[in-house]
Amino acid sequence: MSTKSNHADLMTEADEAAVRRAISSIERPPPASSLSAALTFGWRGMLKVRHVPEQLLDVTITPVMFVVMFTYVFGGEVSGSTGDYLQYLLPGILVMSVLFTTVYSGVALNSDLTKGVVDWFRSLPIWRPAPLMGSMLGDSVRYLLAGTVIILVGVALGYRPEAGVGGAVAALGLVVIFAFGLSWVFTTLGLVLRSPSAVMSAGFMGIFPLTFLSNVFVDPETLPGPLEAFVNVNPISILVNASRGLMGGNADSGDIAIVLAVAVGLTAVFAPLTTRLYRRG
Amino acid sequence: MTTQSLLAIEATGLVKTFGETRAVDGVDLSVRTGSVYGVLGPNGAGKTTTIRMLATLIRPDAGSARVMGHDIVDEAEAVRRAVSLTGQLASVDEDLTGAENLILIGRLLGLKRAPAKERAGELLEAFGISEAAGRLVKTYSGGMRRRLDVAASIVVTPELMFLDEPTTGLDPRSRNQVWGIIRALVAEGTTILLCTQYLEEADQLADGIAVIDHGRVIAEGTPGQLKASVGSGALRVRLLDPEQRPEAARLLDKELGAVSLEPDPAALSAPCVDADRGAYALAELARAGVKIADFSLGQPSLDEVFLALTGHPAEETPADDTHNVAANSIAEEQGA
Repeated sequence: MSTKSNHADLMTEADEAAVRRAISSIERPPPASSLSAALTFGWRGMLKVRHVPEQLLDVTITPVMFVVMFTYVFGGEVSGSTGDYLQYLLPGILVMSVLFTTVYSGVALNSDLTKGVVDWFRSLPIWRPAPLMGSMLGDSVRYLLAGTVIILVGVALGYRPEAGVGGAVAALGLVVIFAFGLSWVFTTLGLVLRSPSAVMSAGFMGIFPLTFLSNVFVDPETLPGPLEAFVNVNPISILVNASRGLMGGNADSGDIAIVLAVAVGLTAVFAPLTTRLYRRG
Repeated sequence: MTTQSLLAIEATGLVKTFGETRAVDGVDLSVRTGSVYGVLGPNGAGKTTTIRMLATLIRPDAGSARVMGHDIVDEAEAVRRAVSLTGQLASVDEDLTGAENLILIGRLLGLKRAPAKERAGELLEAFGISEAAGRLVKTYSGGMRRRLDVAASIVVTPELMFLDEPTTGLDPRSRNQVWGIIRALVAEGTTILLCTQYLEEADQLADGIAVIDHGRVIAEGTPGQLKASVGSGALRVRLLDPEQRPEAARLLDKELGAVSLEPDPAALSAPCVDADRGAYALAELARAGVKIADFSLGQPSLDEVFLALTGHPAEETPADDTHNVAANSIAEEQGA
């Protein structure tokens, strides 16, 4: 049988010796700590942002287009001047862009699942929730980046937060906390649905109407009654109100409390659900 | 207790059901430490589900198994520390570079930052993929990808390695490289459980083989034993002139018995264990003036073994028709 093989096809003895040296030259180290494993997965998330920056662009370009188009097309009509409308619109767009990014947490997890990467991690002797914790950590950094991009675009177009840099940072922080809670919904979806594109469609089918049926673009008082009632209880509207308050220097602590409570509630329900589904694989 | 240290895998009555399907229906396995054990079977036979249970990715519905002495359910963490999973199911991350994947797994297995980086470099070098170290894995060729898969599973050398179809879809050159790496691993003391649909692969590498079909082990033994269990080897002769076949059949039947005529009108074969007797039979043909185009003497191939055991060929798409035809004639002889 070996006579059929061309000699050049075989590994040379030098190759085989190198492989054997590599195999024998390692001692098993003590296992990684839970924290170190989770941080390593966070590092993996960061590498992906670096390798596939388009993913970040995808979710920031749409909101940036909205800022520009809405400000210059409708701004004069809605608020009397484009400058005033931008002051109104930008905190809402900040919320929208960061919340759109959360859908990608579910998409990325589903793609790990369908490609077999999840099985690779699950076969390792590591703290079981480490891969999830790490991705959430990495994703939070992505949310921060997406939010920062929107604020900077706003400032370039003439937006000025009345509460200054501190207010903008506080609003960004609140939005990222809410996004963290919401992203568990999409990771659950990511472990249940069949393909990354199914997660993407289902995710945006939920997040799109919720974002538009909020006070991101217009003051709800101009809306028909039942719609206005819905918009006012939509958690996204409350988040937008809180962010406008923080950036405008007139934050309502009640709004902030509701936003934090919703974020904690979503995490309390969907984080254990995600973890259980992930364990089962 | 001594048998425990000699066995890398000891499985009894493993069962896994998905809905109505019993994917694994009572699998028993014993794999000696330090050996290469081949698990053969067609797609959907239950090989992959068996490996996923042994690697602690899924829990068995019934039965039990110890891997490197640890129970796969109660001591799953200890099992995971001793094994690594490579191949079709556990995939490295295609959106990272080769080097990043190796650093990632090194860090997860407990190496500090600098040693993990150094280890990645050493493996990339040894596996001949250092030029591609900084490229995203999704741009790798099939052969490079498979070598990286194996490299990732020995960043810390496992005691037992599960290799699921390590060479499926590879060209012969890459396949031989992967085989070379597997041999080097075995030489360094790693036990290997090799799942494959390629019978030649198991024949080349495995010390022991289990044939799985419909979720059960239907045969087990060394490649030699499996071949012997199907029957003797055979002498095959193809004649220059098909007109001479009746004469050749008469002579071979006299010398070896049980001649069977093959679909090729110039070919025939007879069971033959003893090479000397085969040579004598050939000499008799020559003496009678029967002109021979070619002949072969050999044990049945594992393809033939598989067909005889299961009643269907190992690979759904017969790549080589004459091979299956030959296998059929062996199977018919066995039935007779």
